[in-house]
Amino acid sequence: MNNLENKNTDTEGINASQLKDSGLSNLKYLLVGIFFGIVFVKAEIISWFRIQEMFQLQSFFMYGVIGSAVVVGVISVQIIKRFNIKTIHGEKIEIQPKVFSKGQIYGGLMFGFGWAITGACPGPLFAQIGTGVTVIVVTLLSAIAGTWFYGLIKDKLPH
Amino acid sequence: MNLLEIIKEPWPWYVAGPLIGLTVPILLIIGNKSFGISSSLRHICAACIPANISFFKYDWKKESWNLFFVFGIFLGGIIAAYLLANPNPVEITPQLSEQLASYGITDHSGLLPKELFSWESLFTLRGFIMIVVGGFLVGFGTRYAGGCTSGHAIMGISNLQWPSLVATICFMIGGFIMANLILPYILAL
Repeated sequence: MNNLENKNTDTEGINASQLKDSGLSNLKYLLVGIFFGIVFVKAEIISWFRIQEMFQLQSFFMYGVIGSAVVVGVISVQIIKRFNIKTIHGEKIEIQPKVFSKGQIYGGLMFGFGWAITGACPGPLFAQIGTGVTVIVVTLLSAIAGTWFYGLIKDKLPH
Repeated sequence: MNLLEIIKEPWPWYVAGPLIGLTVPILLIIGNKSFGISSSLRHICAACIPANISFFKYDWKKESWNLFFVFGIFLGGIIAAYLLANPNPVEITPQLSEQLASYGITDHSGLLPKELFSWESLFTLRGFIMIVVGGFLVGFGTRYAGGCTSGHAIMGISNLQWPSLVATICFMIGGFIMANLILPYILAL
């Protein structure tokens, strides 16, 4: 990923396409996002209560959601690789490997703390705001500040 | 029961989970994009406040699909809440209901308890920790870990990447520690 030179240990949400997305072609991601946001709300995944039930082992629900999502994801990726499925533009599908760093442990624990407090990962934050809980804009801004602060002190942290 | 009424009910995990899992191949097939949401926060930093920090110096416009995607999630939230809303209060387990009541949290009318997540609450110590400190940990932690639930737990494990499994286990350990050992003290504030 030459355009993201600092991203060798951070390959999340990567655009492996060499094609340039025009404004119009980006609309398809908007549509997938809308679909995704509806699922988040209708399955109550964005609910603070569901996250508390998960971390207090009071309900199977979130384990069922994440577990079945992973199963479908694993099968899909295996099918794509096995049958060498191309994108709709005929490109070869590329998935960047994840490189291990200690950040996955330290950062992972910190995100776990934040997840249990706010009841939200980054995706649900956007959906929560959509449902009308406007104060979550502050949580989102704070999350952006957290990301920015990470960028600022990144080189001083163990990786 | 007609279809719209069924859609308005809360969706079971075995419907929601596979639909979320399908996002992985959909994004790959429509544009070679690896599923991941927390990177949108990085792109927002790169676009708005790069401040000459090397971590934010890259061509964020190439990743703008990710910003369209999260804007879609926001719009999806609006559609679900205003057109497909479940008229009933959120059902929660009796144990949780009882615990929360002991902290004065009894409003189950929304997906988030109003006693914790509201503008009035923001100006209390408890609300500040929940809203501001919690958000900061989410933003800092996901970037330090190189991904969140979508990027590691779903996309990474789908691609059988062991570092993603390590990250996911750490997310869960952090969540267990916070929810069971620390959060009770915060809620009691």
